[in-house]
Amino acid sequence: MMIKPLDQAVGSIEAMKAVFARDMKVAFRQRQDLLNPLLFFMMVVTLFPLGVSPEISFLQEAGAGILWVAALLSVLLSLDHLFRHDFDDGTLEQLVLQPQPLFLLVLAKTMAHWVLTGLPLVLLTPVLGVMVHLDGNSIAILCLTLLIGTPVLSLIGAIGAALTLGLRSAGVLLSLLIIPLYIPVLIFGTGTVAAAAEGAPVGAYLALLGAFLVLALTLAPFASAAALKVSLSNS
Amino acid sequence: MAFDSFGAFLAMEGHGPYVWASYGVFFVLMAVLMVGSYRRRNAVLQSCRQHAGSRSSRAPKPDSDTAPATAASFTRVDVSQD
Amino acid sequence: MWPFFHKLGSPKWFYGIATRLMPWLLVLGLLCLGAGLVWGLAFAPKDYLQGNSYRIIFIHVPSAFLAQSIYIMMASAAVVTLVWRMKLADVFVKATAPVGLVLTFISLFTGAVWGKPTWGTWWIWDARLTSMLILLFLYGGVIALDRAINDEKSAARAVAILVLVGVVNIPIIKYSVDWWNTLHQPATFKLTEKPSMPAEMWVPLLLSVIGLYLLFGWLACLRMQTEILIREQRTRWVQDLFHVNEGVR
Repeated sequence: MMIKPLDQAVGSIEAMKAVFARDMKVAFRQRQDLLNPLLFFMMVVTLFPLGVSPEISFLQEAGAGILWVAALLSVLLSLDHLFRHDFDDGTLEQLVLQPQPLFLLVLAKTMAHWVLTGLPLVLLTPVLGVMVHLDGNSIAILCLTLLIGTPVLSLIGAIGAALTLGLRSAGVLLSLLIIPLYIPVLIFGTGTVAAAAEGAPVGAYLALLGAFLVLALTLAPFASAAALKVSLSNS
Repeated sequence: MAFDSFGAFLAMEGHGPYVWASYGVFFVLMAVLMVGSYRRRNAVLQSCRQHAGSRSSRAPKPDSDTAPATAASFTRVDVSQD
Repeated sequence: MWPFFHKLGSPKWFYGIATRLMPWLLVLGLLCLGAGLVWGLAFAPKDYLQGNSYRIIFIHVPSAFLAQSIYIMMASAAVVTLVWRMKLADVFVKATAPVGLVLTFISLFTGAVWGKPTWGTWWIWDARLTSMLILLFLYGGVIALDRAINDEKSAARAVAILVLVGVVNIPIIKYSVDWWNTLHQPATFKLTEKPSMPAEMWVPLLLSVIGLYLLFGWLACLRMQTEILIREQRTRWVQDLFHVNEGVR
């Protein structure tokens, strides 16, 4: 699906809105693509009681970590689609040629990606949290950390998706590049839940996660936009 | 010398295997890296030399023995490629 | 300053300088490293707490030190690649990333072996070992991306972006890993402070750090020369290289 040419007079915010709306529309035409990361999320979580131990004490202790790792992997899995379709049908080249700054349009695409994958994961978390026997307070904190953390995953992941665009075996390469960069988010995401379980105040940790989000919001779109330009000049 | 004998030096009071394994891996990997890089550079250099040789056999090549001095000095002029 | 800067970017100029510099780097590097290691292995007194196993420090610390600084150097070169599109900077990143990977691996391996007599186990998920492991992944990613892109210019710019994203993340990773686990002994060796080790220990350590740096310089020159030759084999100056040599002979 082509985007309407946005003329110079269209403000950057309008352009972002248009890109965002278009991505949502395209995504809802292929609903299966929306469900896949969620199914994957549930399956990975299911593997742990089956593969390690269904004991309540183990699940309570490891549950937050399991859910975080599963969420991280499902975001990673969905990243390949972030630019792929647009790259294949040439929409991406149009996007780069728009007069509006590319990093804002990339930011809009990334936000759409988060609304389509990260947010559903957060909404599904309470159900899976109950299944791994987390208590109510832990589930609430876990949802909060995922709510702040998954946009960071999408933003950093967009850089990797842009860098590996059009390469052979892009999926594996993408994971190799991005997983090391996800580690701080994972550490603080699960650490916050662990601190909450011990009854420690979690405000400072949430603030740090928020700082990661702000940092990723300000820097990652520039890197993604630069990487997109490189990948498009390559093809 | 911190050790009484060569045997004591090798044994390191029981820590010998750890120390020598570390140093062994360090030396082997560094040697592989250094020798490998060196040989690769020389191989590339060799292929460049062959390339240059095949080019110059087609083009008239100034012979350092018989060519006039001006021709020889002409080939040595350092033309900047930038 | 600018003529010098342009000269610095010229592969031909670098090739000549590197050829002249390399024997010095190799000889001095081997001498320093050899002196430091022999001193550290045979003559330095044993540590009263850890016994002789601490002698691993003379290779563990230099390789860890260098592995980290190579990434920082690569990041500086990446800025130069992106801003000035200087060929040499990109050649540097490509030539030194595998060296960084090997040194990171050496520091991890020696750290693990050192851990066995010290902590009684091969691997502890402590802050510094884990950070080095993540650094290994970062190096692996850089090399994998470079290999995956065929076009030389695109590879240069893509790798530069990845290295910069990595370098922004390194302090965050370090901080979060430290927060996650603060078990390890504090950093042995800080350039600004007076080390708390006795001189018979830190002088050989300093010698081997300097030696390994010099050897890295040699390796970097060598590998950059290789990369330059591959890229520029059809240019005149590379061909002239051999004609001049033949003339001399």
